[in-house]
Amino acid sequence: MGKFNQSGGREMPELNTSSLPDLIFTLLFFFMIVVQLRDVTLKVQFKVPQGTELEKLEKKSLVSFIYVGKPTNEFISKMGSDSRIQLNDKFADVSEVQDYIAQERMGMKEEDQPYMQVSLKMDKDTKMGIITDIKQALRQAYALKINYSALKRQ
Amino acid sequence: MARKKRKVPQTNSSSTADMAFILLIFFLITTSMDTDRGLARLLPPPPQNEQKQDDIIIKERNVLQVRLNSQNQLLCGSDYISVTQLREKAKEFISNPTDATDMPEKHLKNIPLLGNCMITSNHVISVQTDRGTSYDSYFYVQNELVGAYNELRNELAKSKFGKPYDSCSKEQQTAVRAYYPMKISEAEPKNYGGKK
Repeated sequence: MGKFNQSGGREMPELNTSSLPDLIFTLLFFFMIVVQLRDVTLKVQFKVPQGTELEKLEKKSLVSFIYVGKPTNEFISKMGSDSRIQLNDKFADVSEVQDYIAQERMGMKEEDQPYMQVSLKMDKDTKMGIITDIKQALRQAYALKINYSALKRQ
Repeated sequence: MARKKRKVPQTNSSSTADMAFILLIFFLITTSMDTDRGLARLLPPPPQNEQKQDDIIIKERNVLQVRLNSQNQLLCGSDYISVTQLREKAKEFISNPTDATDMPEKHLKNIPLLGNCMITSNHVISVQTDRGTSYDSYFYVQNELVGAYNELRNELAKSKFGKPYDSCSKEQQTAVRAYYPMKISEAEPKNYGGKK
């Protein structure tokens, strides 16, 4: 008749963890895709100011960045501690801003060119002199849409 | 006697989860998820020729002078104020609610959806900085001025359409923008007071 094996005692079935790595990998890939990696190494250090009336920077492909701040510690002996401009991967002078914008514009799709934006990431303690020079250069280069990068004030 | 079939030993995969976890945590720490935010502004196009610029004569009552010197002191109109007062001052100047004679003049304009309204279409807020002004205080001033416009637009949208500016339709937003056009001009910096 029926075999009811009661003597063995009930054992808890072990949880199958063979799919756990796959789960974690999915998470991993999700994060790898979602986050944007910085494609330039920063040679200047900056702390952006805080504001309340901020807008999100929409399409990343339309945005070019200009960084202004003091050189980082490894460059401070070479470049001094004055505020410097960084375009792409190297230090630059104000006179190079116009060429940089032209170059960035060339790299864009033609239909996107009118929507070009320039994000200015500048240190709080930068003097307005250098900033005005940059702005004048941007005007000359017809890059009129600018965005002062900032953090949300709590 | 039949030989027993040899089993291929299975690799122990219990640690792959841990490896993936370590990778995951590494990515979580090294990347920054913050979205870029900033204050969007539009620069005026470069001057075409020098003479043309001087033709534009603006009445004194239509201009609000905002000056920042190299000590980061703020001069608004003719008196020194703190940055926190600037927003109220700018709002009063832009809307001119009492029709004061020293505030910008109003013109009749027909705006779709809003009808005929008296607006201060010729006002200009002129921001002037010194070369030695710090970016932080300049940004604060810009932020307050944009904030003043945003608040006015929000108030108008709420009273006319019953909802904040952001949730209005495209046509409504255009109408509100026509009512309060953003006019912040930036004069060339002057180098008075202190070096660099």
